Amino acid sequence: MSRILILGGRLLDPASARDETADLLLEGGCIAAAGSDLDSRGAEVIDAAGCWVAPGFVDLHTHLREPGQEHKEDIASGGRSAVAGGFTSLACMANTEPVNDDPATTDYIIDRARQESPARVYPIAAATKGLKGEIMTEMSALMAAGAVAFSDDGKTIMDSGLMRRILEYSRLVEVPVVVHCEDRMLVLDGVVNEGPVSTKLGLPGNPAAAEEVHVSRDVRLAELTGAHLHVAHVSTAGAVKTIREARERGVSITAEATPHHLTLTDAAALDYDTNTKVAPPLRSAADVEACRRGLVDGTIDCVATDHAPHAVHEKDQEYTAAPPGLIGFETAVPVVLDLVRRDEISPLELIRRFSTNPAHIIQRPGGSLADGEPGDVVVIDPNRRWTYDPAKGYSKSRNSPWAGLEMIGRTVATLVEGRLVYHVDRGVLVP
Amino acid sequence: MIGNDLLGIEDLEREDIQRILDTAVHMAEVSEREVKKVPTLRGRTIVNLFFESSTRTRASFEIAGKRLSADVVNFSPATSSLKKAESILDTARTLDAMDPDCVVVRHAVAGVPKRIAEVLDAPVVNAGDGAHEHPTQALLDLFTVQQEKGRLDGLSIAIVGDILHSRVARSNIYGFTKMGAEVRVAAPPPMIPPSIESLGVKASSSLREALDGADVVMALRIQSERLAGSYIPSIREYANTFGIDRAKLAYAKDDAIVMHPGPVNRGVELSHDLTDDRPSVILDQVRNGVAVRMAVLYLLTGRRPRAVAAPDEGGLVT
Repeated sequence: MSRILILGGRLLDPASARDETADLLLEGGCIAAAGSDLDSRGAEVIDAAGCWVAPGFVDLHTHLREPGQEHKEDIASGGRSAVAGGFTSLACMANTEPVNDDPATTDYIIDRARQESPARVYPIAAATKGLKGEIMTEMSALMAAGAVAFSDDGKTIMDSGLMRRILEYSRLVEVPVVVHCEDRMLVLDGVVNEGPVSTKLGLPGNPAAAEEVHVSRDVRLAELTGAHLHVAHVSTAGAVKTIREARERGVSITAEATPHHLTLTDAAALDYDTNTKVAPPLRSAADVEACRRGLVDGTIDCVATDHAPHAVHEKDQEYTAAPPGLIGFETAVPVVLDLVRRDEISPLELIRRFSTNPAHIIQRPGGSLADGEPGDVVVIDPNRRWTYDPAKGYSKSRNSPWAGLEMIGRTVATLVEGRLVYHVDRGVLVP
Repeated sequence: MIGNDLLGIEDLEREDIQRILDTAVHMAEVSEREVKKVPTLRGRTIVNLFFESSTRTRASFEIAGKRLSADVVNFSPATSSLKKAESILDTARTLDAMDPDCVVVRHAVAGVPKRIAEVLDAPVVNAGDGAHEHPTQALLDLFTVQQEKGRLDGLSIAIVGDILHSRVARSNIYGFTKMGAEVRVAAPPPMIPPSIESLGVKASSSLREALDGADVVMALRIQSERLAGSYIPSIREYANTFGIDRAKLAYAKDDAIVMHPGPVNRGVELSHDLTDDRPSVILDQVRNGVAVRMAVLYLLTGRRPRAVAAPDEGGLVT
């Protein structure tokens, strides 16, 4: 097995709170040592001067579209795009065709990922059969096949009684139930945040209350059942507040925020670009501010991209007809680094929210640079300037609101299991 | 002067609006002639691209184009949401390849004319997009009020009805406020969009408050099939509370005029007699619509360079 020496970077290891300049040696697929003057005979050297060296990122919210929608993305292209962004592990949602609601589909995804993806892939299985919100899935069998969590994601479970039973049953398997909180009756046909922007655009509004009502319901149900609730893509100030209060009461709850909800407001939709259409929608400046504060103070545990590829012809429609979602792997680092540049969060704490916390939520390895840990490492140049062009990225899709924009910060190298899988100058290297 | 397209009143300066209204005065004269036609746009092709059906607006644009001697083509793609034959942008690119001189677009979804204008070389006129804007409607309303009151500056305009779903309301709010008038809106609370006051109007759920001292009372059409039972309890309750009759009109100034973009639901937004008789000016609005649209088509299309010089350029005789 090869040896790799990452030379002269700023080691950021949230698990040990280590933040210092040091070399990192990987051997046998694992972290072998950190320090200076390491025995590096025969090792391939990666120059990390001026860069951050951190545990590989873990993305709890992705759509890889395979099986069934390979024209948007597949496990190979999604995995390549992920490592180009610094993500070494991905949890993928169940809204494939067929839906990932039985062990055979879970098996298939894991098998394809082993063959095709440079990033580790952990399937999130559906919480109900066919994402229909009627019959719960066989959680034990899906767990045995490799599922790390359960979720109907965008097909919000509106039946509160069924939701209660799902949360109760999930205690048998002790994994999180991931919820996309939007009350469908309040969303109705809403496509942009309800407020001055929806009024100006003349597009149907989706009120913040649609999310907040549902977060409140699910928090109460988590409290009732003792299950682990994970709130996906928090987007409103009210939702952050409800989650913060629930955590203070000791409810078993974790949460994620996306790079777009942390940095973009609904004003991004003012020119009707359908690449700004996402569910939940981009919100007001006050909501963005509240999400950032929530990420900083730990109310929100982690950053997840909700990478949701759609083909150009699918996005090239009326704003109301275009499917919601945007691609996020390759832009997540520079976009979220905005919080570091504005001194809202330290590099070490930001890395914790990209790696250590999400790995912990799905109880998978990663998020640590300790000796013997898996050799999943990312090297980031926080100052590198570049212009993002989705056509030059690894995703099959191009639906990004950041297309053509100048970015600051870039993933320079990504290692999975001690192997270099991406380098900015050489591209994706395996498989 | 206005740019390449007319997508909304929001994009216009006061001077642009005045220019269009002044031009429309001359166009109105054309319609009063025995031969209602000038050769100004001879050899030009105007396409009415109506994704959403509209007999009235399409006819108005068609007549406006024909009075300027343009060749007017009506194009109404099937817009079944179940069976989408072609994307809007593909339709636009297809049209563009036929080299039209102007494309008039109506669509049920806000923003479509803007997206089409980004693709098309030819000027685009928004003939109504979702609940966003309907600029030529606002221009004809401004023209009509100017005609009636001799000014726009300093007037009080009350817009009554379903503001939430109304592109006419948004365009008129921009238009009247830019021209120095004060705009109030009144509706049952579910029909008042959030933050409407950010557009520079005063919103009220009291009809009396909105009409108090108004120079112009503009009623909007209620889409009864969509709204009754969800946004308002019933059409009857709406007619009782927000329908304008002569008794409620008394809240406004004695010489207030009544407007409606049409078609009127008689006995709902306006009482029967108020629909037909003064002080309502509904048919003047329709008549002025042709003149205003002629002005817009002329200003956007008439001064564009032709690919090949015409043998005898017909000028607008005024």
